[in-house]
Amino acid sequence: MSDTYYDPKDLKNFKKITDWSEPLGTRFFEYYSKVFEEGALSAREKSLIALAVSHVVKCPYCIDAYTKDSLQRGITEEEMMEAVHAGAAIESGATLVHAVQMMNKHKKLSH
Amino acid sequence: MAKSSLQRSKHLLADPKKQLQVLSSGLFSSGALPTFSERLKGLNAELKTDQLEILQVNLGYMCNQTCVHCHVDAGPDRKEIMSSDTVDKVIDAIKRFRPNTLDLTGGAPEMNPEFQRLVRAAVSLSVKDIIVRSNLTILESNNHFRSYPQFFKENGVHVVSSLPHYSMRTTDRQRGEGVFSKSIAALNRLNELGYGRDEHLKLDLVYNPSGAFLPGSEKELEADFKRKLKADFDIDFNQLFCITNLPISRFLEYLIASENYEEYMETLVEAFNPLTLSGLMCRNTLSVGYDGSLYDCDFNQMLQIPIYGDKRYLSDLETNAYSNRKINVHQHCYGCTAGSGSSCQGSIN
Repeated sequence: MSDTYYDPKDLKNFKKITDWSEPLGTRFFEYYSKVFEEGALSAREKSLIALAVSHVVKCPYCIDAYTKDSLQRGITEEEMMEAVHAGAAIESGATLVHAVQMMNKHKKLSH
Repeated sequence: MAKSSLQRSKHLLADPKKQLQVLSSGLFSSGALPTFSERLKGLNAELKTDQLEILQVNLGYMCNQTCVHCHVDAGPDRKEIMSSDTVDKVIDAIKRFRPNTLDLTGGAPEMNPEFQRLVRAAVSLSVKDIIVRSNLTILESNNHFRSYPQFFKENGVHVVSSLPHYSMRTTDRQRGEGVFSKSIAALNRLNELGYGRDEHLKLDLVYNPSGAFLPGSEKELEADFKRKLKADFDIDFNQLFCITNLPISRFLEYLIASENYEEYMETLVEAFNPLTLSGLMCRNTLSVGYDGSLYDCDFNQMLQIPIYGDKRYLSDLETNAYSNRKINVHQHCYGCTAGSGSSCQGSIN
């Protein structure tokens, strides 16, 4: 057992989740690899989306994996950082848009 | 860019024996990872040479650049260079072996004063493909070398140029400040002469990862390089060769210093692809050192792992002694067999 909640080595054991539920695990990995194939979006574009989402969901495994994937695809540092900002903008927007609820509630309760 | 060669800075890893010690110890001596020989044995495979097609000649370790990843540990401070006598022996070997390809490398091969004589001799001996592995910046360094693209064209030389990325930041970080701009200027001049545009004047680029990761899809990277270089600089080229960084010399030093060595070796070993074995370049290539010594590949040359047998110099090797010779392997060979494979002509599969 690791002394920390996250151990980088665990990423290599991701596929072991099938040990406890083979059909669900297998179907997940099939779905996962299908999602990232070339389609209407290029595999490169999907990799950048994955990198942005990795930051939004704050998954250290995913950040490691998609930073490496970006490097292998020749994606530039500027593109990577812009993708993270796109994710961060949505995340902060999602927080800030709740301020409207705060303002509505404030209006209703105060005079 | 590295400040100086490992040799100049008297680094322990300047010694090939020390590099081999690193590659034999740790993960491999503990049994955590199989050695390359063990991996071949597990497949009942043995690497042997086929027919000689490529004579790859290292004209010396002198270079105007000191790149971070360089497996040759080349640089301006390296003085090892092929002599005129040894060039004569290379020309004699071309007559005897009749290779389809003469692949000239270094260092910067253009810096050897015998370079043009060797190319002219190869042309007169009708070698089909004469390759110069040019770092591009040498072609912009002074008036003498600025004339070389015209010389290449007159002799139908196939130019294979290093360009690790289409972005200035990544290229300069690996190869030195200002390298990207000079490389673009050289590529523009090569294009103006017809290179990469005229079907007889081939201009290929070499991509190698700028760090401790494997190259991605050669096809996808080539499409990105073509699109970006055309849009930004009106540059045309033929093919992009993706080459995996092998854990030797300066790249090994970088892997250890950045604490990436173990993970990189694990990545290489996990990515081992047996399908690459039949296409490895050591099977049809003879690598010649600046002093005429013989190796299975340029990487073995830098690790000073000689070819099997007692004929270890160009002048000693008999024409019929090339084929069916056992190839000397070590852990760095995992670099050429990872994923899609890697050779001096890019991916294998």
